[in-house]
Amino acid sequence: MASLNGTSHNSIDDELDFSDIEAKYRVDFDDGFDSIIVVDGVPVIDRSKLDKLLAKISKEFSRKGAVIKQDDIFVPWDDKAGKSKGFIFVDLGNPDAAAFAAGAMNGHPFDAKHTFRINRFTDVERYASIDETYVEPAVEEYRPKEHLRAWLADSQGRDQYVTYRGDDVEIHWHGKPSQCEIAYAKKNWTELYASWSPLGTYFATLFRQGVRLWGGPSWEPQHRFAHPLVKLIDFSPCENYIVTWSHDPISVPANLPQGPEFFSPEDEGNNIAVWEIKSGHLLRTFPTTAYENEDPAMKKQMQWPALKWSSDDKFVARVTPGQHISVYELPTMGLHDKKSLKIEGVVDFEWCPHGEKDKEDAEKPVKAEKGAKKRENMLAYWTPEVANQPARVTLINFPSRTVLRQKNLFNVTECKLHWQNQGDFLCVKVDRHTKTKKSIFCNLEIFRVREKDYPVEVVELKDTVTDFSWEPKGERFAIVSSNDPNLGNPGPGITIKTDISFYQLDRTKNDFKLLRTLTSRTSNTIRWSPRGRHVVLATVGSSTKSELEFWDLDFNTEERREGQNVKEEWGSGIQQLGSADHYGVTDVEWDPSGRYLATSASAWRHTLENGYAIWDFRGQELEKLILDRFKQFIWRPRPRSLLTKEQQRQIRKNLREYSRAFDEEDAAEESNVSAELIAHRKRLLDEWNAWRARCKRDIAEEKRSRGQKLNGEHHEEEKEEIEEWIDEVIEQIEEEVVE
Amino acid sequence: MRPILLQGHERSLTQIKFNSEGDLLFSCSKDHIINVWFSHNGERLGTYDGHNGTVWTIDADSQSRFLVSGSADNELRLWNVSDGKCLYVWEFPTAVKRVAFSDDDERVVCITEQRMGHQCVIRVFKLNRDGDGTTQSLEPEHMFSPIGSKATVCAFTYTPNLIITGHESGKIALFDVVTGTEVLNNERAHMDVVTDLQLSADRSYFVTSSKDKTARIHDTKTLRVLKTFATETPLNSAALAPNKPYVLVGGGQEAMQVTTTSLRQGKFETRFWHKVFEEEVGRVKGHFGPINTIAVHPAGTSYASGGEDGFIRVHHFDESYFRVKPYGDLQLED
Repeated sequence: MASLNGTSHNSIDDELDFSDIEAKYRVDFDDGFDSIIVVDGVPVIDRSKLDKLLAKISKEFSRKGAVIKQDDIFVPWDDKAGKSKGFIFVDLGNPDAAAFAAGAMNGHPFDAKHTFRINRFTDVERYASIDETYVEPAVEEYRPKEHLRAWLADSQGRDQYVTYRGDDVEIHWHGKPSQCEIAYAKKNWTELYASWSPLGTYFATLFRQGVRLWGGPSWEPQHRFAHPLVKLIDFSPCENYIVTWSHDPISVPANLPQGPEFFSPEDEGNNIAVWEIKSGHLLRTFPTTAYENEDPAMKKQMQWPALKWSSDDKFVARVTPGQHISVYELPTMGLHDKKSLKIEGVVDFEWCPHGEKDKEDAEKPVKAEKGAKKRENMLAYWTPEVANQPARVTLINFPSRTVLRQKNLFNVTECKLHWQNQGDFLCVKVDRHTKTKKSIFCNLEIFRVREKDYPVEVVELKDTVTDFSWEPKGERFAIVSSNDPNLGNPGPGITIKTDISFYQLDRTKNDFKLLRTLTSRTSNTIRWSPRGRHVVLATVGSSTKSELEFWDLDFNTEERREGQNVKEEWGSGIQQLGSADHYGVTDVEWDPSGRYLATSASAWRHTLENGYAIWDFRGQELEKLILDRFKQFIWRPRPRSLLTKEQQRQIRKNLREYSRAFDEEDAAEESNVSAELIAHRKRLLDEWNAWRARCKRDIAEEKRSRGQKLNGEHHEEEKEEIEEWIDEVIEQIEEEVVE
Repeated sequence: MRPILLQGHERSLTQIKFNSEGDLLFSCSKDHIINVWFSHNGERLGTYDGHNGTVWTIDADSQSRFLVSGSADNELRLWNVSDGKCLYVWEFPTAVKRVAFSDDDERVVCITEQRMGHQCVIRVFKLNRDGDGTTQSLEPEHMFSPIGSKATVCAFTYTPNLIITGHESGKIALFDVVTGTEVLNNERAHMDVVTDLQLSADRSYFVTSSKDKTARIHDTKTLRVLKTFATETPLNSAALAPNKPYVLVGGGQEAMQVTTTSLRQGKFETRFWHKVFEEEVGRVKGHFGPINTIAVHPAGTSYASGGEDGFIRVHHFDESYFRVKPYGDLQLED
């Protein structure tokens, strides 16, 4: 048997050519030459100077940390000339030391004429045997990439959203009931959370190894950024760059691949990395600012995003609290003008967002350079009160660094900068304390940025403002204010009473005036529709209240458009459209079209009734799913419309025509849906009945085989009618009749 | 639908059962008492006294002659239904968690708890139905221990000597009681403890409830999951409504978490699901604790639920319940 096996084995051996496998798994024997380096550029000398030279060389090597003895050096001789050959061999004892010495001494200027050039001995052989013939590199076949914005071309104009539940990540289409479907689903697609890029082009997922971006209709991987243990990510507004942060400082292990996509030893110890998305290259890394600052008050929480982008992706800035704002230019990531903006005591800053108009201006060819002056980037920062100096909010231009406007403030505890999303207004929410520092009240300093000299207007409030929100593209804002004594000490079961106020720019007087205040609410969150006008007030994070209120601020608009300048009563257009309740809601988000609102209860916050719901703008529930271990819901953002103003106006004008077509579609759809549902039910019913028939047959057979009688076969139970006669003696009177 | 509130227990209900005619309702509770009620008006007929621990489970035979009960005092008792006398007591090393009669009333299966070094044991007793019932054999006809996860619920199938068990791991299995071997199983029937198991009238399919927040209908023969009803709370009980295509499920937040959750969150409601379409059709609220057990009248005219709150609520369906056809005219086999 053994011999038989042996022969057959041999015959196979003969037939097969193992050379490729052998070559692949060949073990490189340690030839011992790894510890030897070749030093070129050594002066050519004769015998008499040998000792002196060797002493000098070993000294120079030792000074750089590569300790060698004179015995380790071998000097080849040209015996005919009686001189050295100008290169030497040095044995460092082990390969690591050799590698170190090669790195440390390569290019070392030995003297004015001689510079050391060092190679590993083994490398010399390796490079010498390189195939010198040029081989034309095979041209890879061109594979067209998928269009990253393909979802916008959806024939039904649907939006997408992503849900993350348990380990499952799903991307859904959201449309009419029949058009809702899963676009793509994948298990373990992310290890932490998922995120969209700001224009919706990329889908980012986080893994232990780093960030991955996905995109296109088939969700192929697009880019990867190897930042181990990444926790936070942030995209630049135009999606050109991405910033990643990990709590663990970057460490560069010896085996890490090298290249522009990877960290190099200089990045060691940093936490923040900036990457270019298109190339995947690492641009620069930073340490977390809080670590530099020894002040414990500053350490409490890291700000995120740590790097703030100007909205045209040209600059990115970060603040070193109390010292300066450093602005870096893209794409080089060099410090702009080679110096930071030194601002004593600076706490926080914000870039001015670019409005749609600014973007259009920027896209226009530079034809009328003088006429349409392009708006520079602007940024606002604030500094707190120090000694005798008042607190101050400053608005500056960038890159010219000219101060546009400054405003001094007193008794300031805290400032928050809120830009309106078109960059028309800046509101500085100033929390001020009274002289006794016992109570806090709030001022809103509103900068009208588009006007000459940047006029500032102050809205004084008596209460603490907990939330502030500009209407997107609008001239209104909403605030949540509260004078509840429980404010600031949250506890279980405590729901803070709040007031919601709406303000609007009064065109005639050119200042902000109160539209309306809704008192005694519990709402603590304002969510404006991305198109403005509609707003949702929500009570988030409370264990007892979870109300959603849907408001329309221009309820009478229709009439106004027709009747033109009808002087309507101030604030009369505000109308509540509906209210709803989503128990345990933790997140509230409008879809990018402003037609739908999604609310979700995430398992990251609590474990009661996790899931999500989708409402229309009036507060009608469209969909509600309660899902265990539900974590995240995000709408896919949309980029700016490509239609020109004129085209948009045309569409608005012909809205009636379009809507007729849509209505027809809806009607057809509805009948279709019910037909489908009925068919589905019919199928279920038929399946069930067929199965029941089978079951009955089986049981009958079984019983028959056991000789039992088939009970239950029409022993229709005769109903027993029980008639109960109840005699109740109410009174018994005995009468004696006397005759 | 105005429920009749039966206030006869001082502690939470563990199981309630109608007899086969549906005129009597048996209930047992953690307060050691077994009660029997007239189901049509909620009048209490009597009690079965004797147990000295939580009575976990009861079952009555089809002739309403005998009642068996299992308790945490490690006893299985046989009672005379009509006069409340205890006829026989079996004692075991651990508590009795589940009892059930076979369809021919000849046998009783019982599950004892796995505790204090004792394994979970399934025993089958053959009842001596002659005489007054006081002469029973002490030794079980068959006994065996399921390997792996312990059994929590069980019932006889229409095939003699074959029982279905639901397990702590969520497994559903078929056991041959004579050999003690597992004939068939479905390891992933549920993801968590199986809390209840109730058979259809002909025992060809059954509904189970589980802490994994779902109730499921299974085929007795193949153990295939036919229907799934997913809710948002852990479920303690599920029952099939005869003559109507509904499944009744009940549960609620864990009893130990009740104090920290409001009534609203607790979901202490009985839910009605369409058993074929897997759609929820209605809810009945009323309990202020989790629902521990649900039973439906064998004729489908009423149902009762027993809660952690110690109350039994008997609901006689309104006339409209029988009249409405939420899905139109359907020819549905029961």
